[in-house]
Amino acid sequence: MSHPRYVARSTAIAARPLGDEMMIMSATTSTLFTLNEVASVIWQAADGVTPLDQIVTTKICTQFDITPDLALKDAEALVEDLASHGILLLSDKPLPPTAGSRGVAP
Amino acid sequence: MTAVSETCGVVVEIGGLPIRLRCSDRNFVQKIEERYAGFLGASNEAAFDFEIELASPGTEAGDEDVRVSRNSAGWLLERGDFRAEWNPSTARGRIKQTTSPYSLDSVLRIVHTLLLARKGGFLLHASSAIRNGRAFLFSGVSGAGKTTMARLAPPDAALLTDEISYVIPQNGSYHAVGTPFYGELAKPGENLEAPIEVVYLLAKGPENTIEPIEGVAAVRGLMENILFFARDPEFVKLVFDSACEFVTRVPVRRLTFVPNASVWELIV
Repeated sequence: MSHPRYVARSTAIAARPLGDEMMIMSATTSTLFTLNEVASVIWQAADGVTPLDQIVTTKICTQFDITPDLALKDAEALVEDLASHGILLLSDKPLPPTAGSRGVAP
Repeated sequence: MTAVSETCGVVVEIGGLPIRLRCSDRNFVQKIEERYAGFLGASNEAAFDFEIELASPGTEAGDEDVRVSRNSAGWLLERGDFRAEWNPSTARGRIKQTTSPYSLDSVLRIVHTLLLARKGGFLLHASSAIRNGRAFLFSGVSGAGKTTMARLAPPDAALLTDEISYVIPQNGSYHAVGTPFYGELAKPGENLEAPIEVVYLLAKGPENTIEPIEGVAAVRGLMENILFFARDPEFVKLVFDSACEFVTRVPVRRLTFVPNASVWELIV
């Protein structure tokens, strides 16, 4: 059985929803990222204290037509990719709340 | 005997922001007056003061990369041909630069990007012109056609710049303001202002066409052409927010054009 993983938005980013997508800019590299609708849901739910598998179960599988196993596999690939760019924090333990994880600019 | 040099100054006002530039070299001050002739402040009032020290010829470093950083004393702006310190809270700064007015031009561009960011505005790599009371911006990287659009502008269009457009929010809309910052045209823009009708992202092609660009693509297109030198996280966020806000209020379109005067038939 795998350990739960926790995700939190980095504070060194600027983010804004545009339509169904989320646009994120790394404040350290000025690189722009665009998240699709599913990825945006995970991003917005990344509060540092909700395990990723719970986010997938409660936010993804209830809104999108996808099996839990496949959704979790896709979600893990996504968060690892975002973490590699420094715009998401990834941990085996809950992450402390930060200013950047309280919300996304409207 | 103590040598006392009298410092003289001039106020350069771009985008409604008067900046006083002082230098003990009268010839250089005269150069500034000539370079910014259409943008000299009407009064002696200034929001910011810069003291300019001219470096001895041959002392400039060779590197061309601009570095902009912030510390407790304010902003530090550096390139091979200038070094400027600027503290917005005291409204004062110092510039050490070569005798080239282009060094000062670069410092002013950077200072304006920093000031505009706090106001929700930005400098955009774009030529711009006013026609029928509305401003049209033509944006793109070097070679995209900014200066070409400026050269092809009909007589009834007032040219604001062929290189760097000044964008500032005003009363719920965005305005373009003329700047002395020029490119290949080597001619300052007219010191005028008008609400922005549309931003065109330029591409050259076999025929003149206009296509809408929306949402993420519009922000991305805009961000690629916004000038921002500082890698300061807070500053990056401000610029990003400004770009996102801008595209919700001003249409962004792709203008593919044949480089002849016929393209301006679409710009009305």
